[in-house]
Amino acid sequence: MTVPALLIENLHKSFRGLIATNDVTMRIEPGERRLLIGPNGAGKTTLFNQISGDLLPGAGRIELFGTDVTTLPPHRRAHMGLARTYQILTLFPRETLLRNVELALLGLRPGRWNMVRPLARDRALVQEAAVALTRVGLGGLADRPVAALSYGEKRRLEIALALAQNPRLLLLDEPLAGLSTEERETVRKVIADIPRTTTVVLIEHDMDIALDLADTVTLLQFGIVIVDGTRDSVIADPRTREVYLGH
Amino acid sequence: MRTRGLYTAVSLISLIVLPFVAGDFYINLATQVLIAVVFSASLNILVGYAGLSSLGHAAFLGFAAYICAGTTVTLGLPPLVAAVLALAGTTLLAAIFGAIALRASGLGFLMITLALAQVVWGLAYRWVGLTNGDNGLTGLTRPHPFGLSLDSPAAFYLATLLITGIALTVIAILVGSAYGVSLQGTRDQPRRMAALGHNVWLVRWTAFIIAGFWAGVAGLLYVYYQRYIHPSVLSMATSAEGLLGVIAGGSGTLAGPVVGAALVVILKNYASIYIERWNMLLGAVFVLIVLVMPDGIVPGVRRLLARRDR
Amino acid sequence: MQFWVAQTLNSLAFGGLLFLLSSGFSLIFGLMRLANLTHGALFMLGAYIGAYLMRAFPGTSLWMAALASGIAVAVFGGLLERFVLRRLAGNALGQVLLTLGIAFIISDGCLLVFGGDPIPLSTPRWLARPVFLWGFIFPAYRLAVVVLAVCAALGLHILLDRTRLGAMIRAGVDDMAMARAVGIPVSAIFTLVFCLGSAIAGAGGVLAGPILSAYPGLDGDMLPLALIVVILGGVGSITGAFVGSFIIGAIYTFGIALLPDLAYVILFLPMILVIAIRPNGLFGRMAV
Repeated sequence: MTVPALLIENLHKSFRGLIATNDVTMRIEPGERRLLIGPNGAGKTTLFNQISGDLLPGAGRIELFGTDVTTLPPHRRAHMGLARTYQILTLFPRETLLRNVELALLGLRPGRWNMVRPLARDRALVQEAAVALTRVGLGGLADRPVAALSYGEKRRLEIALALAQNPRLLLLDEPLAGLSTEERETVRKVIADIPRTTTVVLIEHDMDIALDLADTVTLLQFGIVIVDGTRDSVIADPRTREVYLGH
Repeated sequence: MRTRGLYTAVSLISLIVLPFVAGDFYINLATQVLIAVVFSASLNILVGYAGLSSLGHAAFLGFAAYICAGTTVTLGLPPLVAAVLALAGTTLLAAIFGAIALRASGLGFLMITLALAQVVWGLAYRWVGLTNGDNGLTGLTRPHPFGLSLDSPAAFYLATLLITGIALTVIAILVGSAYGVSLQGTRDQPRRMAALGHNVWLVRWTAFIIAGFWAGVAGLLYVYYQRYIHPSVLSMATSAEGLLGVIAGGSGTLAGPVVGAALVVILKNYASIYIERWNMLLGAVFVLIVLVMPDGIVPGVRRLLARRDR
Repeated sequence: MQFWVAQTLNSLAFGGLLFLLSSGFSLIFGLMRLANLTHGALFMLGAYIGAYLMRAFPGTSLWMAALASGIAVAVFGGLLERFVLRRLAGNALGQVLLTLGIAFIISDGCLLVFGGDPIPLSTPRWLARPVFLWGFIFPAYRLAVVVLAVCAALGLHILLDRTRLGAMIRAGVDDMAMARAVGIPVSAIFTLVFCLGSAIAGAGGVLAGPILSAYPGLDGDMLPLALIVVILGGVGSITGAFVGSFIIGAIYTFGIALLPDLAYVILFLPMILVIAIRPNGLFGRMAV
């Protein structure tokens, strides 16, 4: 058996008695495209927060590429190849798009501690940041401040920050939220073009697009894994119908 | 850009020429301004660029000043050794205080820095054997670097100008470096910075230490200027004056603390001619700035200019 | 032995005074997320108002002065909250700087009006004598301060735990948005809590008068202690303020008596320990 990209075992998390993650166990193989679905409040984002280290689980363990990271701080996990986006836009609003991506690139480089060299002079970094922006179709806006972007463009920048790091495991939290049909197609293409060297876990409510991107699907409700399997088996499962249609 | 370079050149030349044309009163006033500028600029690293509002920055200025005066007067150490010891000690103190205060954020950070600064203040007042308590330490003479006497107001002013120039240049370079940009990232979006692989705590702690170091430099200038040190330099009013310099000028800008600190010092000096109530005026200026010009003067003027250009 | 007993009572009395200062600070911080740096100045203002009343109207008892001063400072605090701090709602740093500025104004104003010499407040005559208990001598007034602080703590506890108003305040401390959503008049409660905290500080200043006197710098001496108490006990917790006050009162009193040089450093050790191990404070539920 290969080493999984992400292994979650018996994960528990509760807030003041409210259970958000209840005995979740999951195994995601390298290169897999996994879609997390479930009604609002099912605990999907809370699960992401525990994988990324923003929240510490109450019990259970998390392994990234075979290494136990359960108690590691977020920045250490990032250095192991984990990247994520946020459902609520989490950009650097005062900076330009280029600076935003530069901060993402710096995160994994020892050069981030350089206190002497002007960052603007780092040609290689500027170049690489520009490439990352082009990848999401924002190449022409590199010098604009984030505040001048449309909502759809901000969503794409949100993804660009994570993609720029060439992560081995990418967590995308509702990348299509609030986008127009046209913008959805742009972002769908960006996600579809991610190379298979990157494992992708996706939270998304737009089933038409999301199911198309996914190999496997996990259905969560009340913090519990209800169904877990290949896309078609989960769609066909009567429990899926029950959760979504309430029969 | 070109006009900006012109302005810089003109002000630099007038700063250098000043001691040759002005009287001692104005030279000394200018020296005080420069020292306050270094202090506010160091605090601006924390308040402006790291987004960490400290109300205890006087601790570092005062600590460096006391070590310098204490080791020179009491132990008779040469000025260079005393200065190195003072800066090393202050940097270490900043490392310790930073590690404690950064356990919290926001208002907690502010309260802890304030409380910690009071430790140093209390020590200076009460540990009479070491600090001479309320009488302060006297008898410090200015050093003679490379055989040059700094005893005259003009000579000391020029030395202070040189060090202020170095401090501001180094801070400007820092702010534009990869580290400086990351620091501003932790101010605006700490959670994202962590997810991107930045060690937010370490970035902030480093900033705290750097800010402490430059406050120590301001402390050395201060104690050599005054040739005397009293516990009141460690009081909350000193921290508040430094903070007012940052906020009034515009936090998170390079020019802000320069303008703000100059304003505070000049106001303090002129006010003391007419009234005794400096602290009341300080408080009133605080209230006024916060209510009327929360961004500070430099961003305010910049906005005005931008409007005019359009 | 008499030394230890006397110092113990001194530390309890000082702890009681600290509680009168820090309970209001903690309550205001917990509810409004506002570090009210005028709190030390309000304590001092209270002491001066009390001193003035007792001098201007001979025959005014300390208790009457405390009551009047508490009301006066409460009104001042209420106006400050309603008409100045309210303008900066949501801007935590702006509010802190504003309270800092006002603290400087009050502090310097008191110096201007009342001069630089300490003004002792006279102890009520029936308490101005020592009490003999178990063969030890106790100053009666200090015993009374301890009793009053305990009464204040019980009063606050009953107010917060047993009354409808208290339930609303607690709801606000726990979750402001939720409190607003269920129709609690948050705005009125803000002002009320600010008045209450100010009143306790103002009256506390008067009660401190016979022990500490009203003097310039009283605010600067007391505010840091209140901060340490609140960091130690946990913000928004009356229990925390109570326990923290007596811990700090004891350390301060014994520290000054036994190790005067280092009293200030010793004072901060428990705070540093608590921050390192339990950043929320001993009884706090939220991070400072």
